Amino acid sequence: MSGYIELSYWDIALAAVFLLINGILSIALNLGLERQLAIAATRMIVQLLLVGIALKAIFAIASLWLTVLVALAMAGFAGREIWARQERRLAGVWGYGIGAGAMMAAGMIVTLVALTTQIQPDPWWSPRFALPLFGMILGNTMTGVSLGLDTLNTALYRERLAIEAQLLLGHTRWEAVMPFARRALRSGFMPIINAMAATGVVSLPGMMTGQILSGVEPTEAVRYQILIMFLIGGATGLGVLGAVLISLWRLTDQRHRLRLDRLAPAA
Amino acid sequence: MLVIENLQTAHFGPLDLSVSPGECVAVMGPSGAGKSLFLRAVADLDPNSGIVSLNGQERSAMSAPDWRRKVALVPAETGWWADRVGEHFPPGAPSAELLEALGLDLGIGAWAVDRLSSGERHRAALARALCGHPAALLLDEPTASLDAASTQGVEKLIGQQLAGGVPVIMVTHEATQAARLATRTLKLANGQFANRQVAAQ
Repeated sequence: MSGYIELSYWDIALAAVFLLINGILSIALNLGLERQLAIAATRMIVQLLLVGIALKAIFAIASLWLTVLVALAMAGFAGREIWARQERRLAGVWGYGIGAGAMMAAGMIVTLVALTTQIQPDPWWSPRFALPLFGMILGNTMTGVSLGLDTLNTALYRERLAIEAQLLLGHTRWEAVMPFARRALRSGFMPIINAMAATGVVSLPGMMTGQILSGVEPTEAVRYQILIMFLIGGATGLGVLGAVLISLWRLTDQRHRLRLDRLAPAA
Repeated sequence: MLVIENLQTAHFGPLDLSVSPGECVAVMGPSGAGKSLFLRAVADLDPNSGIVSLNGQERSAMSAPDWRRKVALVPAETGWWADRVGEHFPPGAPSAELLEALGLDLGIGAWAVDRLSSGERHRAALARALCGHPAALLLDEPTASLDAASTQGVEKLIGQQLAGGVPVIMVTHEATQAARLATRTLKLANGQFANRQVAAQ
């Protein structure tokens, strides 16, 4: 097993050279990208430095309540992302609640089961394991849920005449919306299906690459990665399914009507 | 008998209306008066309050899909959820007789929906609704965008439904059409039926 190679700030600065070249090219070719590149790179540096300091402190304190608090804050931000990425969203608290709730429930259940039965750190909620794991699961579930909800709400709005035509012929609300529910589930599942299909052939996952770079045997890193992929896939599936079904329930009613009046005006 | 009592939504009402078997009531009024919304509320497609019944059976006592199969609404603008026209009909429908009555091509079932003109869409939607043999009809501008010959075909078909004892509520902009088909014409303005004229039959 090769050892972990520590990076100096000089190494990091050197790695930024290629990005700098991009910035210079952008100025020379008048592409107008240099400002965005500079802002994004600066944000990345500041955010990661801060999160490094924060994680170091959280790991040192090692408190269950602090860990739960940080996990909730992460889920809160992720919920905000889901809300913001929908072109048409449910009005009121539902617009935030359905996506964030489904994602949080799916992410927490899967993370808890993984921590208590498979990874089993001591204590099981150890922030060094719980937070990165929850973060990976949450990030992927967030992408799936926001794609699923965006597809569903947009499709129900655009296809309202076709849906109501079916309702008027005596079809139930479930029959009428099924093709659009399927479309929404497909787009929610697409990223994780693509990731699983391409992993190892097209791309080496970041976590596995990180473990290999820090000196873990590739065969060992692969085992961890498969576990993580299963967890991510399971949580994404549960989150997308939950969010889409609850949205369908909310956007129709017991008298089999399409309730687009419950959507907020388009963003 | 189609009986509507105290039908109300945020946009109109309360409205009362009784339509006898084989009677056609025309609803007219300025654009935006809520004529289409009135028909949607009778079909229970928008949230509403009030009592609606057909032949003594109350709407609230049956499921919404059952109600809509009995009381069929044909909207002015409707949608298509499959690629081919035929996929929107039950197996074996529509009959050649119905297609001929509406002046539609007998092979229309195999056509792509995109190939239909707006007039053909309109008539195919009417055929689609009639295939379920509804016991009452709600028609929203049944002959808008149709030429004279097609209009005649549609009106003849509505006449056949009336002769068969089906009560019909029809929203129309054409006073002459109302005079041809309806026994009564109601004007909907400011969310209320303004007057009740009895037209010559």
